[in-house]
Amino acid sequence: MNELVEITLRSLLVSGSATLLAALFGLPLGLWLGARGRPQRLAASLLYAGMGLPPVVVGLFFYFLLSRSGPLGSLGLLYTIPGMVLAESVLAFPLIAGFAMAGVAEKANPVRRLVKSLGGSELQAYLTLLAESRRVVVAALAAGFGAVISEVGAVTIVGGDIRHATRVLTTAVVIETRKGELERAAALGAVLLGVTLLITAVLVLFGEREAR
Amino acid sequence: MRRWLFPLVLGLGLSLAASPLRLATTTSVHDSGLLDAILPGFTAETGIPVQVIAVGTGQALAIAGRGDADAALVHAPALEARFLKEQKGVLHACLAKNRFLLVGPPEDPAGVRWETNVLNALRKIYLKGALFVSRGDESGTHKKELELWRAAGLRPQGKPWYLESGSGMGATLTLASEKGAYTLTDLGTFLFMRDRVRLLALFDRDDPRMTNQYSYMATNPERFPWVNFEGAKRLRAYLLRKDVQERIGAYLKDRFGQSLFEPLYGRCPIPVP
Repeated sequence: MNELVEITLRSLLVSGSATLLAALFGLPLGLWLGARGRPQRLAASLLYAGMGLPPVVVGLFFYFLLSRSGPLGSLGLLYTIPGMVLAESVLAFPLIAGFAMAGVAEKANPVRRLVKSLGGSELQAYLTLLAESRRVVVAALAAGFGAVISEVGAVTIVGGDIRHATRVLTTAVVIETRKGELERAAALGAVLLGVTLLITAVLVLFGEREAR
Repeated sequence: MRRWLFPLVLGLGLSLAASPLRLATTTSVHDSGLLDAILPGFTAETGIPVQVIAVGTGQALAIAGRGDADAALVHAPALEARFLKEQKGVLHACLAKNRFLLVGPPEDPAGVRWETNVLNALRKIYLKGALFVSRGDESGTHKKELELWRAAGLRPQGKPWYLESGSGMGATLTLASEKGAYTLTDLGTFLFMRDRVRLLALFDRDDPRMTNQYSYMATNPERFPWVNFEGAKRLRAYLLRKDVQERIGAYLKDRFGQSLFEPLYGRCPIPVP
């Protein structure tokens, strides 16, 4: 397989898995926080501050956590794709939860009252809210995905930029730059931008179609 | 989608199946392409895939020193000695050497071009206050630079003309070129970058102070019982073998008209106790 294709697919695999993992926890939390009547100042502050988590710091944290000499060392996850996915999902989580929370806050009460008045349960109210907020979900996923696929600090420390194992588009740009192969680095950067645009466009289309 | 997923899952499965050897290495041997030229031969002979983590020497030793790499290939004899003394590494062997160069703008504002002693060259830069870029990243080259300033009896840290780049050798050469500054570089990276930067080799002499020695060490299996010590021993034997050492010496010799890495056959010109 062509190395560029391999690196691109690995980038998609890592960022996609991390986004899904973060959404699995972040979307329910965001919906729940947003749907509660009163504004959640503490949760909002924490989530919004988490949007600014420095990737290198998260990477370093996961390095110590996953290192063979660290608490989860026996899992052997350092310098592997699952290890990278874990670190990236922590970066995506506040973005996804925060966007979801902010996005549903306005709609939450009317939707809930409507569902309840029609005899629906609390769970049904949340599911209806989720269905009514597809654009919010798309924005949350796009923000999370965009943050992790473009990120280089955490994947370098946790992944190690190992060729044919953990090299992704951003770390490939770094190494080509370091080698002085600036044209190649720029070409890889263009691929990265193109892939991000493509995935985001697919997400947006998906959200629009279903929202009609 | 399924057509894409299959090779990905297969690749993931395969990479988990074979027990690879993790080598933490300095950037210069990796970015010059040397490892890509000699490691596939090892994998073909032994079936052991090698995963290279290319970082500065300081970070490479930190990674190996926590048992996160099975072996290290680095170039900072003083740090290596400490690593061995702390019983983090074993089976030290010198693989190759080249030299450090002092490079700078063609105008040579501090006038170091005809200097025959590198310490005097640094003194001239210091007295002139000419721009100097330091790696500032605990790499082998950075360690060497600090050692030279110390030997010259100077402390450039904190001076307005002393810039710390905190990045790799290639990026540092680019920075020095843009700023019209001096910097210390290894021969290999400079030869690769020569055509892309506005810098000349102003001190390039066979001076023992400027020897750049690359060594291999295995991570100590007594301290880190999970490491792939068998693989690390076999890679050591492979790298020191006569034919492989000759290939290291011949690497890109035609292109640059000189050896990028002179083989050492395990002997160390700079002793590492």
